[in-house]
Amino acid sequence: MKTKDIVYIALFAALTAVLGLFPPITLPITGVPVTAQSLGPMLAGAILGARRGGLSIVLFLVLVALGLPLLSGGRGGFGVMVGVTGGFIFGWAISAFVIGLLIEKFWNRLNVVNAAVSIAFGGIVVLYAIGNAWVAVAADISYWQATVGAAPFLIGDAIKVAIATAACLAVRRSYPLISKSA
Amino acid sequence: MIAGLYRDGNSVLHRAQAGAKILAMVALGTGVFLIPDWPVVSLVLVSVIVLYRISGFGWATMTAQIKPMFWLLAIFFAVQLWLNDWQAGLLVITRIAAIVMFASLVTLTTKTSDMLASLERAMRPLKPLGVNPEKVSLAISMVLRFIPVIATVASEIRDAQRARGLDRSILAMIVPLIIRTLKMADDVADAIEARSFD
Repeated sequence: MKTKDIVYIALFAALTAVLGLFPPITLPITGVPVTAQSLGPMLAGAILGARRGGLSIVLFLVLVALGLPLLSGGRGGFGVMVGVTGGFIFGWAISAFVIGLLIEKFWNRLNVVNAAVSIAFGGIVVLYAIGNAWVAVAADISYWQATVGAAPFLIGDAIKVAIATAACLAVRRSYPLISKSA
Repeated sequence: MIAGLYRDGNSVLHRAQAGAKILAMVALGTGVFLIPDWPVVSLVLVSVIVLYRISGFGWATMTAQIKPMFWLLAIFFAVQLWLNDWQAGLLVITRIAAIVMFASLVTLTTKTSDMLASLERAMRPLKPLGVNPEKVSLAISMVLRFIPVIATVASEIRDAQRARGLDRSILAMIVPLIIRTLKMADDVADAIEARSFD
Protein backbone atom coordinates (compact mmCIF):
# COMPACT_ATOMS: atom_id res chain seq x y z
CA MET A 1 0.00 0.00 0.00
CA LYS A 2 1.39 3.36 -1.02
CA THR A 3 1.88 6.27 1.37
CA LYS A 4 -0.78 8.23 -0.48
CA ASP A 5 -3.34 5.48 0.11
CA ILE A 6 -2.60 5.50 3.84
CA VAL A 7 -3.09 9.26 3.91
CA TYR A 8 -6.42 9.01 2.06
CA ILE A 9 -7.55 6.30 4.49
CA ALA A 10 -6.54 8.38 7.52
CA LEU A 11 -8.05 11.61 6.25
CA PHE A 12 -11.38 9.99 5.43
CA ALA A 13 -11.46 8.47 8.90
CA ALA A 14 -10.86 11.98 10.24
CA LEU A 15 -13.58 13.36 7.95
CA THR A 16 -16.04 10.78 9.31
CA ALA A 17 -15.18 11.94 12.83
CA VAL A 18 -15.72 15.59 11.83
CA LEU A 19 -19.13 14.72 10.31
CA GLY A 20 -20.07 13.51 13.79
CA LEU A 21 -19.59 17.05 15.09
CA PHE A 22 -22.42 18.41 12.94
CA PRO A 23 -25.57 18.79 15.03
CA PRO A 24 -28.19 16.13 14.21
CA ILE A 25 -31.38 17.18 12.43
CA THR A 26 -34.62 15.87 13.92
CA LEU A 27 -37.16 14.77 11.34
CA PRO A 28 -40.63 16.28 11.69
CA ILE A 29 -43.51 14.10 13.02
CA THR A 30 -41.45 10.94 13.67
CA GLY A 31 -38.80 12.68 15.80
CA VAL A 32 -36.09 10.43 14.40
CA PRO A 33 -32.66 12.04 14.70
CA VAL A 34 -30.58 12.16 11.52
CA THR A 35 -26.84 12.55 11.94
CA ALA A 36 -24.39 13.50 9.22
CA GLN A 37 -21.88 10.93 10.44
CA SER A 38 -23.34 7.97 8.55
CA LEU A 39 -22.55 9.91 5.37
CA GLY A 40 -18.92 9.06 6.19
CA PRO A 41 -19.01 5.38 5.17
CA MET A 42 -21.03 6.20 2.04
CA LEU A 43 -18.55 8.89 0.98
CA ALA A 44 -15.50 6.80 1.89
CA GLY A 45 -16.68 3.91 -0.27
CA ALA A 46 -17.93 6.04 -3.15
CA ILE A 47 -14.86 8.27 -3.33
CA LEU A 48 -11.95 6.08 -2.22
CA GLY A 49 -13.21 2.73 -3.55
CA ALA A 50 -13.67 -0.62 -1.81
CA ARG A 51 -10.26 -1.26 -0.24
CA ARG A 52 -9.32 2.23 0.89
CA GLY A 53 -12.90 3.19 1.76
CA GLY A 54 -13.47 0.07 3.86
CA LEU A 55 -10.12 0.45 5.63
CA SER A 56 -10.76 4.10 6.44
CA ILE A 57 -13.94 3.13 8.29
CA VAL A 58 -12.14 0.23 10.01
CA LEU A 59 -9.54 2.77 11.15
CA PHE A 60 -12.27 5.10 12.40
CA LEU A 61 -13.84 2.23 14.36
CA VAL A 62 -10.45 1.28 15.85
CA LEU A 63 -10.13 4.81 17.22
CA VAL A 64 -13.63 4.63 18.68
CA ALA A 65 -12.74 1.29 20.29
CA LEU A 66 -9.55 2.76 21.73
CA GLY A 67 -11.79 5.03 23.79
CA LEU A 68 -12.04 8.24 21.78
CA PRO A 69 -15.41 10.02 21.71
CA LEU A 70 -15.63 10.25 17.93
CA LEU A 71 -19.18 8.99 17.35
CA SER A 72 -21.85 11.68 16.95
CA GLY A 73 -22.93 13.14 20.26
CA GLY A 74 -19.43 12.64 21.64
CA ARG A 75 -19.94 8.92 22.26
CA GLY A 76 -17.27 6.25 21.94
CA GLY A 77 -15.58 3.34 23.62
CA PHE A 78 -16.64 -0.28 23.77
CA GLY A 79 -19.97 0.51 25.43
CA VAL A 80 -21.59 1.98 22.32
CA MET A 81 -20.04 -0.61 20.03
CA VAL A 82 -21.45 -3.60 21.90
CA GLY A 83 -24.78 -1.86 22.49
CA VAL A 84 -28.07 -2.37 20.70
CA THR A 85 -27.01 -0.37 17.64
CA GLY A 86 -23.55 -1.98 17.46
CA GLY A 87 -24.43 -3.82 14.25
CA PHE A 88 -24.99 -0.54 12.47
CA ILE A 89 -21.62 0.76 13.69
CA PHE A 90 -19.63 -2.34 12.67
CA GLY A 91 -21.73 -2.60 9.52
CA TRP A 92 -20.38 0.78 8.34
CA ALA A 93 -17.06 -0.80 7.38
CA ILE A 94 -18.72 -3.51 5.27
CA SER A 95 -21.13 -0.94 3.88
CA ALA A 96 -18.25 1.29 2.72
CA PHE A 97 -16.50 -1.72 1.17
CA VAL A 98 -19.60 -2.85 -0.75
CA ILE A 99 -20.33 0.70 -1.98
CA GLY A 100 -16.71 0.95 -3.13
CA LEU A 101 -16.91 -2.34 -5.02
CA LEU A 102 -20.05 -1.30 -6.87
CA ILE A 103 -18.83 2.23 -7.66
CA GLU A 104 -15.55 0.77 -9.00
CA LYS A 105 -17.55 -1.61 -11.17
CA PHE A 106 -19.65 1.19 -12.66
CA TRP A 107 -16.81 3.75 -12.66
CA ASN A 108 -16.40 4.30 -16.41
CA ARG A 109 -20.12 4.69 -17.00
CA LEU A 110 -21.10 6.14 -13.64
CA ASN A 111 -24.32 8.15 -13.68
CA VAL A 112 -26.92 9.32 -11.18
CA VAL A 113 -28.87 6.07 -11.41
CA ASN A 114 -26.14 3.48 -10.94
CA ALA A 115 -24.31 5.61 -8.37
CA ALA A 116 -27.50 6.01 -6.32
CA VAL A 117 -28.27 2.28 -6.61
CA SER A 118 -24.73 1.38 -5.52
CA ILE A 119 -24.81 3.68 -2.51
CA ALA A 120 -28.35 2.65 -1.54
CA PHE A 121 -27.46 -1.05 -1.78
CA GLY A 122 -24.34 -0.77 0.36
CA GLY A 123 -25.56 2.00 2.62
CA ILE A 124 -29.10 0.75 3.25
CA VAL A 125 -29.63 -2.89 2.17
CA VAL A 126 -26.29 -4.26 3.42
CA LEU A 127 -26.08 -1.99 6.46
CA TYR A 128 -29.62 -2.72 7.66
CA ALA A 129 -29.18 -6.45 7.05
CA ILE A 130 -26.28 -6.43 9.54
CA GLY A 131 -27.75 -3.85 11.93
CA ASN A 132 -31.19 -5.49 12.11
CA ALA A 133 -29.71 -8.94 12.66
CA TRP A 134 -27.77 -7.53 15.62
CA VAL A 135 -30.88 -5.84 17.06
CA ALA A 136 -32.87 -9.07 16.61
CA VAL A 137 -30.31 -11.03 18.65
CA ALA A 138 -29.90 -8.33 21.32
CA ALA A 139 -33.63 -7.78 21.82
CA ASP A 140 -34.61 -11.42 21.29
CA ILE A 141 -37.09 -10.56 18.56
CA SER A 142 -37.45 -11.87 15.01
CA TYR A 143 -35.50 -10.41 12.12
CA TRP A 144 -38.76 -9.18 10.61
CA GLN A 145 -39.74 -7.34 13.80
CA ALA A 146 -36.33 -5.66 13.94
CA THR A 147 -36.72 -4.56 10.33
CA VAL A 148 -40.11 -2.98 11.06
CA GLY A 149 -38.59 -1.17 14.04
CA ALA A 150 -35.79 0.26 11.93
CA ALA A 151 -38.13 1.53 9.19
CA PRO A 152 -38.48 5.14 10.48
CA PHE A 153 -34.74 5.61 10.01
CA LEU A 154 -35.03 4.89 6.28
CA ILE A 155 -36.17 8.47 5.57
CA GLY A 156 -32.92 9.92 6.86
CA ASP A 157 -30.87 7.32 5.05
CA ALA A 158 -32.65 7.98 1.78
CA ILE A 159 -31.71 11.66 2.13
CA LYS A 160 -28.11 10.66 2.82
CA VAL A 161 -28.01 8.40 -0.25
CA ALA A 162 -29.11 11.39 -2.35
CA ILE A 163 -26.45 13.65 -0.81
CA ALA A 164 -23.69 11.03 -1.13
CA THR A 165 -24.66 10.34 -4.77
CA ALA A 166 -24.49 14.02 -5.70
CA ALA A 167 -21.21 14.44 -3.80
CA CYS A 168 -19.68 11.33 -5.39
CA LEU A 169 -20.53 12.53 -8.90
CA ALA A 170 -19.30 16.07 -8.21
CA VAL A 171 -16.02 14.82 -6.77
CA ARG A 172 -15.59 12.35 -9.65
CA ARG A 173 -15.66 15.27 -12.10
CA SER A 174 -13.11 17.37 -10.25
CA TYR A 175 -10.99 14.88 -8.30
CA PRO A 176 -11.33 11.28 -9.53
CA LEU A 177 -9.51 8.73 -7.36
CA ILE A 178 -10.87 5.46 -8.68
CA SER A 179 -9.37 4.91 -12.10
CA LYS A 180 -8.14 1.37 -12.53
CA SER A 181 -11.30 -0.66 -13.18
CA ALA A 182 -12.29 -1.57 -16.71
CA MET B 1 -5.43 16.55 21.01
CA ILE B 2 -8.75 14.82 21.58
CA ALA B 3 -9.31 13.68 25.17
CA GLY B 4 -10.27 10.04 25.52
CA LEU B 5 -13.12 8.72 27.63
CA TYR B 6 -10.68 7.40 30.26
CA ARG B 7 -11.22 8.53 33.86
CA ASP B 8 -8.26 8.58 36.17
CA GLY B 9 -8.15 6.22 39.13
CA ASN B 10 -6.09 3.62 40.93
CA SER B 11 -8.44 0.67 41.35
CA VAL B 12 -7.85 -2.99 40.50
CA LEU B 13 -9.50 -2.44 37.12
CA HIS B 14 -7.41 0.66 36.42
CA ARG B 15 -4.26 -1.36 37.02
CA ALA B 16 -5.35 -4.47 35.09
CA GLN B 17 -3.93 -5.19 31.64
CA ALA B 18 -5.98 -3.77 28.75
CA GLY B 19 -5.90 -7.11 26.94
CA ALA B 20 -7.18 -8.95 30.01
CA LYS B 21 -10.08 -6.51 30.36
CA ILE B 22 -11.01 -6.91 26.71
CA LEU B 23 -10.97 -10.71 27.07
CA ALA B 24 -13.15 -10.40 30.18
CA MET B 25 -15.55 -8.25 28.17
CA VAL B 26 -15.76 -10.86 25.41
CA ALA B 27 -16.25 -13.62 28.01
CA LEU B 28 -19.02 -11.69 29.77
CA GLY B 29 -20.73 -10.87 26.47
CA THR B 30 -20.66 -14.52 25.39
CA GLY B 31 -21.61 -15.79 28.83
CA VAL B 32 -24.82 -13.81 29.19
CA PHE B 33 -25.98 -15.10 25.82
CA LEU B 34 -25.10 -18.72 26.66
CA ILE B 35 -27.11 -18.56 29.90
CA PRO B 36 -30.51 -17.14 28.95
CA ASP B 37 -31.72 -17.06 32.53
CA TRP B 38 -32.82 -13.73 34.02
CA PRO B 39 -31.78 -14.31 37.66
CA VAL B 40 -28.23 -15.23 36.56
CA VAL B 41 -27.95 -12.28 34.18
CA SER B 42 -29.34 -9.93 36.86
CA LEU B 43 -26.63 -11.19 39.20
CA VAL B 44 -24.03 -10.42 36.53
CA LEU B 45 -25.48 -6.92 36.19
CA VAL B 46 -25.31 -6.39 39.96
CA SER B 47 -21.67 -7.54 39.90
CA VAL B 48 -20.91 -5.03 37.16
CA ILE B 49 -22.51 -2.29 39.29
CA VAL B 50 -20.34 -3.39 42.22
CA LEU B 51 -17.30 -3.18 39.92
CA TYR B 52 -18.18 0.45 39.15
CA ARG B 53 -18.19 1.18 42.88
CA ILE B 54 -14.88 -0.66 43.37
CA SER B 55 -13.37 1.36 40.51
CA GLY B 56 -14.42 4.55 42.30
CA PHE B 57 -17.28 5.62 40.01
CA GLY B 58 -20.48 7.10 41.38
CA TRP B 59 -24.08 6.64 40.29
CA ALA B 60 -23.87 9.60 37.91
CA THR B 61 -21.10 7.98 35.84
CA MET B 62 -22.91 4.66 35.92
CA THR B 63 -26.27 5.98 34.70
CA ALA B 64 -24.56 8.15 32.07
CA GLN B 65 -23.33 4.96 30.36
CA ILE B 66 -26.79 3.46 29.97
CA LYS B 67 -28.88 6.64 29.62
CA PRO B 68 -28.56 7.02 25.80
CA MET B 69 -30.29 3.66 25.30
CA PHE B 70 -32.85 4.02 28.08
CA TRP B 71 -35.84 4.43 25.73
CA LEU B 72 -34.68 1.63 23.49
CA LEU B 73 -34.49 -0.69 26.50
CA ALA B 74 -37.95 0.43 27.59
CA ILE B 75 -39.30 -0.41 24.11
CA PHE B 76 -37.57 -3.80 24.13
CA PHE B 77 -39.08 -4.59 27.52
CA ALA B 78 -42.53 -3.60 26.29
CA VAL B 79 -42.15 -5.71 23.13
CA GLN B 80 -41.15 -8.77 25.16
CA LEU B 81 -44.01 -8.16 27.57
CA TRP B 82 -46.36 -8.11 24.61
CA LEU B 83 -44.87 -11.13 22.80
CA ASN B 84 -43.86 -13.27 25.81
CA ASP B 85 -43.78 -12.39 29.49
CA TRP B 86 -42.03 -10.07 31.95
CA GLN B 87 -39.24 -12.59 32.61
CA ALA B 88 -38.27 -12.50 28.93
CA GLY B 89 -38.34 -8.70 29.05
CA LEU B 90 -36.16 -8.62 32.12
CA LEU B 91 -33.68 -11.01 30.52
CA VAL B 92 -33.33 -8.85 27.41
CA ILE B 93 -32.79 -5.56 29.22
CA THR B 94 -30.52 -6.88 31.99
CA ARG B 95 -28.42 -8.67 29.36
CA ILE B 96 -27.95 -5.54 27.25
CA ALA B 97 -27.33 -3.40 30.34
CA ALA B 98 -24.72 -5.83 31.72
CA ILE B 99 -22.79 -6.02 28.44
CA VAL B 100 -22.92 -2.28 27.73
CA MET B 101 -22.04 -1.26 31.27
CA PHE B 102 -19.11 -3.63 31.52
CA ALA B 103 -17.81 -2.57 28.09
CA SER B 104 -18.09 1.08 29.14
CA LEU B 105 -16.25 0.28 32.34
CA VAL B 106 -13.36 -1.18 30.32
CA THR B 107 -13.18 2.07 28.33
CA LEU B 108 -13.45 4.22 31.49
CA THR B 109 -10.59 2.41 33.24
CA THR B 110 -8.17 1.98 30.32
CA LYS B 111 -6.00 4.78 28.95
CA THR B 112 -6.18 5.23 25.18
CA SER B 113 -2.39 4.80 25.07
CA ASP B 114 -2.60 1.43 26.90
CA MET B 115 -5.37 0.34 24.56
CA LEU B 116 -3.16 1.33 21.61
CA ALA B 117 -0.23 -0.62 23.05
CA SER B 118 -2.29 -3.80 23.29
CA LEU B 119 -3.60 -3.23 19.77
CA GLU B 120 0.00 -3.04 18.55
CA ARG B 121 0.81 -6.28 20.39
CA ALA B 122 -2.27 -7.97 18.93
CA MET B 123 -1.25 -6.89 15.43
CA ARG B 124 2.22 -8.45 15.61
CA PRO B 125 1.13 -11.97 14.54
CA LEU B 126 -0.66 -10.41 11.55
CA LYS B 127 2.59 -9.12 10.06
CA PRO B 128 3.03 -12.08 7.66
CA LEU B 129 -0.46 -11.33 6.31
CA GLY B 130 0.68 -7.90 5.15
CA VAL B 131 -0.44 -5.82 8.14
CA ASN B 132 2.32 -3.31 8.81
CA PRO B 133 2.12 -2.05 12.43
CA GLU B 134 4.21 1.07 11.63
CA LYS B 135 1.78 2.07 8.89
CA VAL B 136 -1.21 1.45 11.15
CA SER B 137 0.39 3.64 13.85
CA LEU B 138 1.09 6.34 11.27
CA ALA B 139 -2.53 6.21 10.12
CA ILE B 140 -3.84 6.44 13.70
CA SER B 141 -1.70 9.45 14.56
CA MET B 142 -2.67 11.10 11.30
CA VAL B 143 -6.39 10.79 12.07
CA LEU B 144 -5.87 12.41 15.48
CA ARG B 145 -3.79 15.17 13.93
CA PHE B 146 -6.26 15.91 11.16
CA ILE B 147 -9.60 15.87 12.99
CA PRO B 148 -9.07 19.44 14.32
CA VAL B 149 -7.68 20.57 10.94
CA ILE B 150 -10.67 19.22 8.99
CA ALA B 151 -13.04 20.62 11.64
CA THR B 152 -11.50 24.07 11.09
CA VAL B 153 -11.83 23.69 7.32
CA ALA B 154 -15.49 22.71 7.81
CA SER B 155 -16.22 25.86 9.80
CA GLU B 156 -14.40 28.01 7.20
CA ILE B 157 -16.54 26.50 4.46
CA ARG B 158 -19.68 27.04 6.53
CA ASP B 159 -18.83 30.73 6.91
CA ALA B 160 -18.07 31.08 3.21
CA GLN B 161 -21.34 29.41 2.19
CA ARG B 162 -23.30 31.46 4.71
CA ALA B 163 -22.01 34.59 2.97
CA ARG B 164 -23.46 33.16 -0.26
CA GLY B 165 -26.74 32.23 1.41
CA LEU B 166 -25.95 28.54 0.97
CA ASP B 167 -25.58 27.59 4.62
CA ARG B 168 -28.76 25.49 4.52
CA SER B 169 -27.40 23.28 1.74
CA ILE B 170 -25.55 20.21 3.01
CA LEU B 171 -24.17 19.54 -0.47
CA ALA B 172 -22.62 23.01 -0.73
CA MET B 173 -20.89 22.17 2.52
CA ILE B 174 -19.83 18.58 1.90
CA VAL B 175 -18.39 18.76 -1.64
CA PRO B 176 -15.84 21.53 -0.89
CA LEU B 177 -15.02 19.74 2.37
CA ILE B 178 -14.20 16.51 0.51
CA ILE B 179 -12.19 18.28 -2.19
CA ARG B 180 -10.15 20.20 0.36
CA THR B 181 -9.58 17.00 2.37
CA LEU B 182 -8.33 15.21 -0.76
CA LYS B 183 -6.03 18.12 -1.68
CA MET B 184 -4.70 18.11 1.86
CA ALA B 185 -4.08 14.34 1.57
CA ASP B 186 -1.95 14.89 -1.53
CA ASP B 187 0.19 17.49 0.22
CA VAL B 188 0.57 15.33 3.32
CA ALA B 189 1.55 12.29 1.25
CA ASP B 190 4.19 14.37 -0.56
CA ALA B 191 5.52 15.63 2.76
CA ILE B 192 5.74 12.09 4.18
CA GLU B 193 7.44 10.74 1.07
CA ALA B 194 9.91 13.62 1.07
CA ARG B 195 11.00 12.34 4.49
CA SER B 196 11.50 8.83 3.00
CA PHE B 197 8.90 7.02 5.05
CA ASP B 198 8.32 3.51 3.71
